[in-house]
Amino acid sequence: SAILNQSFFMFVLFAYWQCKNAVLEIEASKVGCSVPAARKTGTTICGVVFKDGVVLGADTRATEGMIVADKNCSKIHYISPNIYCCGAGTAADTEMTTQLISSNLELHSLSTGRLPRVATANRMLKQMLFRYQGYIGAALVLGGVDCNGPHLYSIYPHGSTDKLPYVTMGSGSLAAMAVFEDRYKPDMEEDAAKQLVRDAIAAGIFNDLGSGSNIDLCVITKNKVNYIRPHDEANKKGVRTGDYKYKQGTTGVLTKAVTPIDLELLEESVQTMDTS
Amino acid sequence: MRGQPLLSPVIHREKMAAAPVMMPYFGQQISSKSDLVPDWTRQEVSTGTTIMAVEYDGGVVIGADSRTTTGAYIANRVTDKLTRIHDKIYCCRSGSAADTQAIAEVVAYQLGFHSIELDEPPLVETAANLFRASCYRYREELTAGILVAGWDKRKGGQVYSVPIGGMLVRQPVSVGGSGSTYIYGFMDANYKPGMNKEQCMEITAAALSLAMERDGSSGGVVRLASISEEGVERRVILGNQLPKFSTH
Repeated sequence: SAILNQSFFMFVLFAYWQCKNAVLEIEASKVGCSVPAARKTGTTICGVVFKDGVVLGADTRATEGMIVADKNCSKIHYISPNIYCCGAGTAADTEMTTQLISSNLELHSLSTGRLPRVATANRMLKQMLFRYQGYIGAALVLGGVDCNGPHLYSIYPHGSTDKLPYVTMGSGSLAAMAVFEDRYKPDMEEDAAKQLVRDAIAAGIFNDLGSGSNIDLCVITKNKVNYIRPHDEANKKGVRTGDYKYKQGTTGVLTKAVTPIDLELLEESVQTMDTS
Repeated sequence: MRGQPLLSPVIHREKMAAAPVMMPYFGQQISSKSDLVPDWTRQEVSTGTTIMAVEYDGGVVIGADSRTTTGAYIANRVTDKLTRIHDKIYCCRSGSAADTQAIAEVVAYQLGFHSIELDEPPLVETAANLFRASCYRYREELTAGILVAGWDKRKGGQVYSVPIGGMLVRQPVSVGGSGSTYIYGFMDANYKPGMNKEQCMEITAAALSLAMERDGSSGGVVRLASISEEGVERRVILGNQLPKFSTH
């Protein structure tokens, strides 16, 4: 069919680009440089379906190898007024993928004249990721509320999806899933769901090196979206208690000699700047 | 690949060993974390599985476990591997989760279109051939072992096996997935032609329980479905209700 044919054509095309990248790496190492490592959001993201909608949560740390590249990045991306998507994996891939699908979904929504459905966003994302055979490193938690109720999907880089009441993704997913498996109940109230997601992300932040900083939350219900950034500043930078600056008078002054330097004013000119 | 159970069937390991060639290069440098933590760019989600389908006079019974793994982590412990292709045609998926989901969605689209053109419910053999067409054409790129089962007016209940490689063969009973190796003996000893629906359900549940007990990549709950002229009846057997075989 058209879809499958296109998938494998794109697969071949992408394999070419991957070979090109491999060649670039070898060339670069010959000269003595190294290609920059892709920035990843070694991450904890999660979502939960509760009585009136879904709650999505994410940490805010983006890493480049072992260094924190961004202490407060936003991992919950807008897809449509009623659908949001958390992204783990390669930061550029999650950003660009969600933006592309968001754009296409808006056009689709204008074409149908209806509010977009979460299942549609899921189909578009999984078909694109499958087409690139896992080379687009985007692991997503997609959640939203549409005419059929609240829905939550987890989407993997190779294009497989799972529709579940609670999902976690990212390097901190095991820690977050442990919290969910312990305390999840169907049909929770909004506050209980928010607390559960907050605790799951906190478990990821404190037990996974790839996750850290603050906790962002996004609560989606039938008529309202509450994007809470940050919901919890779990890692505020501390105030320094001491100071290495020496106070005036620590060193005793023995002698003091002041020599004024006389300068003669030769020329003075004013050049106005165009501030229009 | 590390993280795969040691006693996986040979075919499975070969396919997995071939995979690193296609893996993205940057994925290797990123982390030296333990294998137990999923590295999303490297390890693919697999339905390392046990699936089964049995014909009886008047329909078919299909069954599957519910475990999807990424390496040693269980990504979904309540997966539904019995996928609807048409009203009375289902498929059991094993192998790569992404590949089988993509193929099943393509075939469901093609079969739905074909059925509207025909203005008739489609044949199970047609569905099986559509699966075979995709699985054989893209055999180098795909890892998908599929059982197609259903009921149609012409031949009644039918089971077709489309394993890795894209072969197509009709069988009265078929098992598939990494856990199937543990139950070939059980099936040879206990399956008898001419069983009715309930007997088929029992033997399927028993076989799946045995496989799930032994295969690390299979587990969770047992999902059963029976397809006949009357329609589709779905059942779930939870872990504690599974038939028990060992005494220790």
